[in-house]
Amino acid sequence: MRPVTSATRAPGPFRLTEEQAMLRDAVRVLADEQVAPRAADIDRTGEFPDDLRRLLASHDVLALPFPVEHGGLGGELLTVCLAVEQLSRACATTGLILAVQELGSLPITLAGSPEQQARWFPKLASGEHLIAFALTEAEAGSDVAAARTTARLDADGETYVIDGGKRFISQGSVADLVVVFAVTDPAAPRHRRLSAFVVEIPSDGFAVTRLEHKMGIRGSPTAELAFTNLRVPAANRLGAEGDGWDIAMRTFERSRPAIAAQAVGIAQGALEVATAYARDRTQFGQRIGDFQMVGAMLADMDAATEAARRLLYTACSEIDAGAPDAGRWSAMCKLVAGDTAMRVTTDAVQVLGGYGYIDEFPVERMMRDAKITQLYEGTQQIQRLVIARALLGKSG
Amino acid sequence: MRIVVLTKPVPDPASGGERLGPDGRLDRANSPAVVNGNDEYVLEKALKLIEAAGEGEVILLTMAPATAPETMRKALAMGATRGVLVSDPALAGSDTVATARVLAAALSTLSFDLVFAGVDTSDGTAGVVAPGVAALAGLPFLSYAATIEPDAAAQTVRVRRITADGFEVLEAPMPAIISGTQALGEPRYPSLKGIMAARSKEITTLSLADIGIEPSAVGVDGATTKVTDWRAPAPRGATEVVREAPDEAAKRIVTLLAERRII
Repeated sequence: MRPVTSATRAPGPFRLTEEQAMLRDAVRVLADEQVAPRAADIDRTGEFPDDLRRLLASHDVLALPFPVEHGGLGGELLTVCLAVEQLSRACATTGLILAVQELGSLPITLAGSPEQQARWFPKLASGEHLIAFALTEAEAGSDVAAARTTARLDADGETYVIDGGKRFISQGSVADLVVVFAVTDPAAPRHRRLSAFVVEIPSDGFAVTRLEHKMGIRGSPTAELAFTNLRVPAANRLGAEGDGWDIAMRTFERSRPAIAAQAVGIAQGALEVATAYARDRTQFGQRIGDFQMVGAMLADMDAATEAARRLLYTACSEIDAGAPDAGRWSAMCKLVAGDTAMRVTTDAVQVLGGYGYIDEFPVERMMRDAKITQLYEGTQQIQRLVIARALLGKSG
Repeated sequence: MRIVVLTKPVPDPASGGERLGPDGRLDRANSPAVVNGNDEYVLEKALKLIEAAGEGEVILLTMAPATAPETMRKALAMGATRGVLVSDPALAGSDTVATARVLAAALSTLSFDLVFAGVDTSDGTAGVVAPGVAALAGLPFLSYAATIEPDAAAQTVRVRRITADGFEVLEAPMPAIISGTQALGEPRYPSLKGIMAARSKEITTLSLADIGIEPSAVGVDGATTKVTDWRAPAPRGATEVVREAPDEAAKRIVTLLAERRII
């Protein structure tokens, strides 16, 4: 019988440890004092907040996902997610800086050799370098294996030549390293066609061809990348030829919780704004929160946010403990948290009424930011597909 | 230089979750704990002195139930080098005299130049443990320090002691025990690096046998004070919050105080 709750024996953290609570609070103070005041401006200008990248680096926030021996802090997935949540509560774009740093480095963590890790991790941990994860193509979104970008081993046998392009690459224009997935064997079975490469920027043949104008997370540059005769040393290939699809899927098993954390943070931020407003705003001679219809909305928002948060924390501890169904946990927490963020932020706008619809208050931004959590790192439909497959097993 | 900082886990004043047991004593196991506020100020000073000296260590000394390491982690995350916890079931119900006895005995197992303590703790607020330890250990005691300036070469320490109308300058040979308040400066917030580094820091647990104290000398049996009665304070009247802009708020507060004939 398939596991209905948990196949791992390790106890889950129903309460955070003192250390986890301290880490969360340390990031919360940083987010409240130095990130929140920048959030509206980042959204309005649509410019990547390099000042906040440096802030996160100087406070070792970007070091969290990396091993201690390479200058990181050796944080578990739950630790990283606590930080993403707190940053996103103030500014989803800033939370994404850490989430993408983890997403991009996971292929190196999962498939990189010790030499490759020693080569790239120290500058990623210090925050000097940013990394991007380049999988999606214009015609290969949910259907990852349909990628058309090719990597051909040069006659010298030591260099791959990459041609093609990627689209919707978060931080693709500001990254110093880009993990590119490309077809090395078009004749291989679907899931053995791709290989993963670390491209060091700048490289001849690498170009950012456009930046998207987006509904939300507007300060996080979403880039279209073009590769023309881009030469990458064979030493930059992660794992063996043909491992790419597997590396990408294993990456998502660990990376989706960070997006769930971003979603929980956005929902929490919106709940706090809506609650404060409902406490202060008076109509018909009483504060609007005391009207049952408004009070009930706030109660539902709080309960839904807490439920999503608890599922996220449980998913993180299951994945950290090596659960065999990590993919299911990862998909479930992003599914629930993403939908929760969308609903809670929409309701927050409703609680604020007309004030929620204008940029005098942050909830309209939070509502726009929330939408992406239902789309990237697999749409909600893909999450349901992953969960259903875990339940049903593969057909045939 | 080695500085021992006496740190006590106290009920979190922000949580309001303190519970009394059936004997009227604080049920520490069921009260969310934090490091005593005044202890954090002296810990901050100890860390600054060690950082300025470029060498040495800050050792936490705590007498508390076995759950204390969770609370001591924050002090370790701020930068303390290691912790020593005296924990023994026989210690439950100890009063200030027994606590001073235990801490003095534990100190005798450590080598140090200075001992820092908060002037009092936010749960008991007796403020007599640190001078008690000094008396039992036969060490000079300098209280209410607003500044602490050790002179390693001369093996002396100088403090400015806060008084009702100014300050006194006191000097004593080291080792000495010093108590301080928030006048020493804001405690740092633990950095992420500090929090993660605290994972591998050592907390040594000592039992009463380890420090040569008879169980009968401490705990409820050894207590020189007894809790005979307890009552919740009378509830405060309704609180009026003034939310106007500063100028108007000031006028309103003056009116309110005048109405009550306070001014």
